[in-house]
Amino acid sequence: MSLIKLEQVTKHYINGGDCVTALHEMTLSVNEGTFLGVMGPSGSGKSTLLSVLGALTNPSSGTVTIDGIDVYGLSQEKQADFRREYLGFIFQSHNLISYLNALENVMLPLAVTKLSTAEKRQRASSMLERVGLPDRMLHLPQQLSGGEQERVAIARALVNNPPLLLADEPTGSLDSATSQQVMNLLAELHQGGQTIVMVTHNRENLEWVDRTVSLRDGFIEKDTSDASGTLAQAM
Amino acid sequence: MRLENIVLHNLRRRKGRAIFLVIGLLIGVATVVTLLSLTDALGENAQHEMEKFGANIILSPHSDQLALNYGGLQLGGVSLVAEEIKQSSLVNIDSIPNRRNIALIAPKVLGAIDVEGQRVMMMGVDPVAEFKLKRWWSIVGRPVQQGRELVVGNAVAQRFNLAMGDTLKITGQDFTVVGLLAKTGSQDDQLLIAPLSVAQETLGKEGVVSMVEIAALCHDCPVEDMVHQLQTVLPGVDVQAVQQVVKTRMHALDQFRVFAWGVAVTVVIIGALLVFVTMMGAISERTREIGIFRAIGYRRRHVLHLVLMEAAIVSALGGVLGYLSGVTATLAALPFLDGGKATWQWNPTLAATAVVAAVVVGLIASLQPALRASRLEPSEALRAL
Repeated sequence: MSLIKLEQVTKHYINGGDCVTALHEMTLSVNEGTFLGVMGPSGSGKSTLLSVLGALTNPSSGTVTIDGIDVYGLSQEKQADFRREYLGFIFQSHNLISYLNALENVMLPLAVTKLSTAEKRQRASSMLERVGLPDRMLHLPQQLSGGEQERVAIARALVNNPPLLLADEPTGSLDSATSQQVMNLLAELHQGGQTIVMVTHNRENLEWVDRTVSLRDGFIEKDTSDASGTLAQAM
Repeated sequence: MRLENIVLHNLRRRKGRAIFLVIGLLIGVATVVTLLSLTDALGENAQHEMEKFGANIILSPHSDQLALNYGGLQLGGVSLVAEEIKQSSLVNIDSIPNRRNIALIAPKVLGAIDVEGQRVMMMGVDPVAEFKLKRWWSIVGRPVQQGRELVVGNAVAQRFNLAMGDTLKITGQDFTVVGLLAKTGSQDDQLLIAPLSVAQETLGKEGVVSMVEIAALCHDCPVEDMVHQLQTVLPGVDVQAVQQVVKTRMHALDQFRVFAWGVAVTVVIIGALLVFVTMMGAISERTREIGIFRAIGYRRRHVLHLVLMEAAIVSALGGVLGYLSGVTATLAALPFLDGGKATWQWNPTLAATAVVAAVVVGLIASLQPALRASRLEPSEALRAL
């Protein structure tokens, strides 16, 4: 069953007076439970694709449907709710809040929900245990290693149990050993049924994905169909 | 974990900026509180002092004729023999509704006497009231108290070559000079001043007074009202307000207040600008953070809430500390001002207004930065990542 559907999605940017097309009428369908790797050189449209999937950037045309919801048919505030309930973001540079400890960083998406403080704490701590950081909960980000920070970021992305996890170069700032640990964790999540879209430059990370889309100049250059047989179309 | 926790953590983390804002607001609030407290304390004292300084209501015997003198110069041969005021009727002054606004009542009797073959004006006064009222009088010696004592006007002293301790024979009685009045440049230089009862006896005017000077002032009772009240209880007496005196006093007090409020408003504007600039800087600094909040599902109003709550906490702290600092500064300054006579009184309205105004100013000044933060597109904010 398709979790993500992009239909004829185009995104133009105005850059220094010039109109740059980051995505060209892209159509893409991703099944639930897929671990999709998105590759491509700089400027190929990877980050724009992730932003469009993440309800962060309105496409110039086309529709984006996630879990049956027309994301850009929602109001701005509803899009924020959608991001909180349906999406988990893992950023390249972890992007933890420096003045909050690991537990508080993981609780951050829950701060605007109506859950009780005890429930928020319980969810966040069990998520940190799941990513292997039960003894680092009260540490500030700067007291954690790069790999630990990435795992905190993953725990934060998952604390709302989102159907879709979006990862932007999750190993971009990590050494190879730590990258391996993070990719193992993502693979473990994937095995648990988590749908993941990961933008990466690192070909080694593609060992863990079950489908790869390569972009170039805003087009899908190459696509491997996933295990369930979904086919991406490049225009 | 709630939004409040994020705000408090952020304030703790960015102590420097929070302290800077608190100090900025503290200085502003403290300045305003100090000025307004001092204005109140000094104004109150000044009013109290001014009430005793010179008369602003004059009671004189009723006359149907117009006075023909100006600045001490008598014109024509009009001799005005008006009826005197009965001293016993003065107790009626205590029955007027605004009696609490009367600071001093200074009755006096006037009459001409012969001294060594020359006519001289004698004025009998209530010594306590008169010498309080005429603060500008400078006396060598002391005021009259009781018995046959005289304070001699400068011109009279020169004419009769009088010195302290001299004796002057008036209507067969010996009067001792106990005080010499320094030159005033007014009719007072021509006077022999004696205690009221002694002067009444000497002048043959027992039980009557020639005029009464009254010092009265308050903010909420126009002097015209008091004039009307006095006319009602003292029939047959002319009651006149000395408008110029009243208006000058009120003007002085008003000027003081206008100055204080002018400075207060300026300080508040500077405080608001300080908060605005600091919060704008803070928002720019936190663009990335706001991008993260928005990306993980915070609504615009959540971001607005975060920024405004931070401003409210810092402003409230600045308001409370500013108020306390202002009161401390006022208490420290008062002994050095106005001869230490002015006193501070706790004004709950000022306390509440200081804190509420600090929060309101903080929130208004932070509104634009907060709106700017809440309007940041998450993709724009995250571009800085």
